[in-house]
Amino acid sequence: MTENILQDTALITPALLVPLLPLIGFIINGLAGKRLPKSITGWIASLAVLGSFICSVSIFNALDATNSINIDLFNWITFGNTSIAFGLQVDSLTTTMLLVVSGIGFLIHLYSIGYMHDDEGFTRFFTYLNLFIFFMLILIMGNNYLMMFIGWEGVGLCSYLLIGFWFKNDAYNDAAKKAFVMNRIGDLGFLLGMFFMLFHFGTLDFDGVANAAAGLDSNHILIVTITLLLFVGAMGKSAQIPLYTWLPDAMAGPTPVSALIHAATMVTAGIYMVVRSNVLFALAPHTLDVVLITGVATSVFAAVIGLMQNDIKKVLAYSTVSQLGLMFAALGLGAFSSGMFHVVTHAFFKALLFLGSGSVIHALHGEQDIRKMGGLGKYIKITYFTFLIGSLAISGIPPFAGFFSKDEILAKAFEQNPLVWGILSISAMMTAFYMFRLVYLTFNGNFRGTEETKKHIHESPAIMTTPLVILAILSIVGGFMGLPAVLGFTHRFAAYLSHVTDASKEFLPHAHHLSHATEYALIATAIIAAIAAILYARNQYVSKGNLPVSDEQALPVLQKAIVNKFYVDELYDKLFVKPIQVLSELFLVLVDKLIIDLLVNATAWFVGLTGRTIRLIQTGNTGFYIFAMVSGMIILLVIRLFI
Amino acid sequence: MMLLQLLFLPLLASLLIFLSGNKWASRLALGLSIVELVLTWLTYQTFKQGGSEMLTFFQEWITNPKISFHLGMDGLGLIMVALTNFLVPLIILSTFNRNIENSRSYFALISLMQFALIGVFIAMDGMLYYIFWELALIPIYFIALRWGGPNRVPVTLKFFIFTLAGSLLMLFGFIMLYWYNPNHSFDIRELYSNVICSCKQGWLFWLFFLAYAIKIPIIPFHTWQADTYKEAPTQGTMLLSGIMLKMGTYSLIRWLLPILPAGVAEWGPLAITLCVIGIVYASVIAIMQRDLKKLLAYSSVAHVGLISAGIFALNMQGLQGSVVQMVAHGINVVGLFFCADIILNRTQSLNIDGLGGIRNVAPQFNTLFMIVVLGSVALPLTNGFIGEFLLLFGVYAYNTWLSVFAGLTIILGAVYMLRMFQRVMLGNVSDTTSAFQDLMWNERLVLGTIALTIIVTGIYPKPILDLAAPALEVILNKATIK
Amino acid sequence: MENTIQTIPQNWYLLLSAFLFCIGVMGVLMRRNAIIILMCIELMLNSVNLLLVSFSAYKGNSDGQVFVFFIMVVAAAEVAVGLALLMSIYRNVASTDINVLNKLKW
Repeated sequence: MTENILQDTALITPALLVPLLPLIGFIINGLAGKRLPKSITGWIASLAVLGSFICSVSIFNALDATNSINIDLFNWITFGNTSIAFGLQVDSLTTTMLLVVSGIGFLIHLYSIGYMHDDEGFTRFFTYLNLFIFFMLILIMGNNYLMMFIGWEGVGLCSYLLIGFWFKNDAYNDAAKKAFVMNRIGDLGFLLGMFFMLFHFGTLDFDGVANAAAGLDSNHILIVTITLLLFVGAMGKSAQIPLYTWLPDAMAGPTPVSALIHAATMVTAGIYMVVRSNVLFALAPHTLDVVLITGVATSVFAAVIGLMQNDIKKVLAYSTVSQLGLMFAALGLGAFSSGMFHVVTHAFFKALLFLGSGSVIHALHGEQDIRKMGGLGKYIKITYFTFLIGSLAISGIPPFAGFFSKDEILAKAFEQNPLVWGILSISAMMTAFYMFRLVYLTFNGNFRGTEETKKHIHESPAIMTTPLVILAILSIVGGFMGLPAVLGFTHRFAAYLSHVTDASKEFLPHAHHLSHATEYALIATAIIAAIAAILYARNQYVSKGNLPVSDEQALPVLQKAIVNKFYVDELYDKLFVKPIQVLSELFLVLVDKLIIDLLVNATAWFVGLTGRTIRLIQTGNTGFYIFAMVSGMIILLVIRLFI
Repeated sequence: MMLLQLLFLPLLASLLIFLSGNKWASRLALGLSIVELVLTWLTYQTFKQGGSEMLTFFQEWITNPKISFHLGMDGLGLIMVALTNFLVPLIILSTFNRNIENSRSYFALISLMQFALIGVFIAMDGMLYYIFWELALIPIYFIALRWGGPNRVPVTLKFFIFTLAGSLLMLFGFIMLYWYNPNHSFDIRELYSNVICSCKQGWLFWLFFLAYAIKIPIIPFHTWQADTYKEAPTQGTMLLSGIMLKMGTYSLIRWLLPILPAGVAEWGPLAITLCVIGIVYASVIAIMQRDLKKLLAYSSVAHVGLISAGIFALNMQGLQGSVVQMVAHGINVVGLFFCADIILNRTQSLNIDGLGGIRNVAPQFNTLFMIVVLGSVALPLTNGFIGEFLLLFGVYAYNTWLSVFAGLTIILGAVYMLRMFQRVMLGNVSDTTSAFQDLMWNERLVLGTIALTIIVTGIYPKPILDLAAPALEVILNKATIK
Repeated sequence: MENTIQTIPQNWYLLLSAFLFCIGVMGVLMRRNAIIILMCIELMLNSVNLLLVSFSAYKGNSDGQVFVFFIMVVAAAEVAVGLALLMSIYRNVASTDINVLNKLKW
């Protein structure tokens, strides 16, 4: 991969500007934000990201897909003979992510100007958002794993700051802390993975590691260890089983944050990392199996929980977890470009859905419970239509974006293992069902909230609906960059990424290609299944007019378990949190106070005791003193002379 | 000559401050400590111009036993002295706008402490080093005893005797080294070049290790620490945790590894295991602490445990990491204790359950406190990350499983720090915090400087790494030769 | 002078001074009157003086005799201080019995 490093310096400036602009925005807003008028701070932040987007586009236009730019700014950490550079790189994979992050980032900034308009922390919000974009760009532009790790932890920090944005609410603060800590668990895995690489390969550069690894056997224990550890990092960041529970809680943050960080960009960092390390992962089929199983399990598990959620954002959150699982399943199948393709389309429609839900919440003044919604389609038409487009896209209805990317993954799954295909298809059906359950309960039927709220329902201002419309358009056409080959098109997305993903091709098992007839059958099955799920949802919630039961009502055991998210949070609490708390007290009281301090104090007490005992010899009787002195002398004399 | 000026200026300052009277003491102390800082910068320039050769000063002192007034400064010593001289002005500045009784004695003692600390870091004769080591204990004892909290008398006594017991073992160790040395000398060059029989190194190792383990402190010699930190006045705690702990870790590098390589080879595995157990142990205790200062004390135990583990890993990354982390921890912990002091000063309480909501009323304080906390949890682009990354990698290169265990610190560290931050700063204001006043000018200056340093050294740690590398290579060579 | 001293064998000096010393020690140990104890101490000192003089004479080295003068001066000073102390003790407790003076303990 190194042979094509571009020496041309023309692209270095835009490449540097990409992360620099949001950083400048962050610094201006962070230092002077208090003194600037509110309207300006929002625009400063938005324009900074727009600048990044423009630079990214110019890079995208100028940079050939087979080339890459490598910029080593300075030696960051040096020890012995090893040095790790503070450097950036741009290649086709980076460019793809750059466009998504800065493009969607800009739209969400724009949306936030409207959404956060009345919030007292308006400036602070944009400061954090800019910082997030900066770290996210570092994450995808870093040219070695440690640079990626800067961004990796940096976005975790911003996620922490933004989930706990309304810091007066302690539940939100808990959610923020939980997100940070769970990410840190993953980060430890990432860090250890880096240690293995640095120790055995002597470098953390992506190319260097890939080249060093290519010399090792498939399933070499070292590669398997490294990839498993990296995958632990990815699990944390991308909310896979068992580290997924923070993501639904993260919905405590403002809705644009959920759209940007917890749907479109940050949570896909794990997928980006795996694709970036595709050579390593391809060399470790065992790890790929683990990735596949985790992805499939997460996809189904989260979809099942999503079926029974009543908070509009929670539904979307579980859907995000489920979709991320789908992407990991793709990676586990060795279909790296398909996974990335789904990352991109998912970014379009999930950002759209979250922003749409934000628009709904905005219209209802903060109400998030879908049981108190209904019939909103009449009042907020733009939101309704764009939300519908997003839902169609995520459900996999052609020609919307989600159809193409999802279908591609399903086809890859069928190629390798029909069982995986079956499970993923069920997950996809559930997705279609709960998304339309959401659509019908929110936008159809009659309004179920109070009259007071009903009076105030209003469509969001243009600054919020414009991003919705743009994202809706992207959700419609986004899939066309990856039209399936079976229909006689070239897959432009895969071709664009091929420079990065081809490196691992030789290490992956050669899959037998499906016949055209099978592919057509698969596509048809997928479409029919999705439509069937949608119709079932319509039957349940429109024709029959069923409503989710209120919290007080008793439920059958299984449903109750689902509503309570299978008690995973409670389980973790019992398994990890409580024992550590008990251990903490135990250490302090038993070991510190009782054992160690007792030993220390016992020493002191013994010295005291000796003193108290021996002082009794001091009787005060002079005769005795003299006698003791003389006998002492005699004893010494005897010892000296006779012994 | 430069070294003499650098060493004796604080002693002179101490006298001048004591004679100056309470009114001017703090300003005089600040001025003189800044002069000292400038002098450090000049020394750094001289050091650079001399091609990073060790600056030395040698003067015969006592002929029998042979003790010489031998000072020397290499990159490692320079970093430690620079850390000391950087922190002392901040510590002095942190007392402005506070009422301190009998302030001339207070600042005179702080300057005296600075003198002793610099002495420890540049003394190149074992006995001279020992004298400075013990001298450093005297001012801090009086600072804690005279200006400390309500329970100060037993606590400081415990602290004093604990550390004194350790030092005594070290003195005995030095005397043994003197006799075993063929030329009968305390001079570090003699001790480095004439490595004694490995049969005797085993128990000599323990004499030195115990002294340092108490000072650092390494589990299970840490029980003096939390109470002392709690009872000592904040400046005392800053001196203790920011600089004095580094005496221990510095001495491990300078005096233990190269002089007793066989002892380290024999007992190092046990020592590193203790360190790593200490990291997890202290982190777990910190999670449930309710007193802010005690929580910080236990977090400090965890951090210095990692530093010591990196040192005993006996590789370049571990040593480099330990130096970076000594600087980072020194700066961060001073920042953290200063934040605790600000809270104590405003609310008269350090019980984190009773605080909360400070962020509502003191946004500036919140931001700076947050940066210091992030430095402490080792977020990338802060100084703490460079140190922890190198240290953990050093431990990894030593033993993989140990590094997994030690790595728990990045999880647990986040847990207790964020829990503390949430309880103290976030949520709604309580009765105790509603009248919280945002930072005053001197507080802003101190915390701002610390925050800036945290970020700058996190992004560009190269000067520290480059400065330390040659000195550490020499030491590592000595320490690993069989 | 030397010859006069040397007419008696040195062993006898040794024996005599040892004998005197032992008398002094026994006196110090067994008597309770502080004045007598003081006198016994003087006796011990003088037995040592005697020994020093005899050695000095036999060895032909005058250092020992110089030391004797020192000891006599110190002994005189000691007696002066000791008696002064005894006087003030006597004024306080109206006794010179050392067993009465046992307050300084523990």
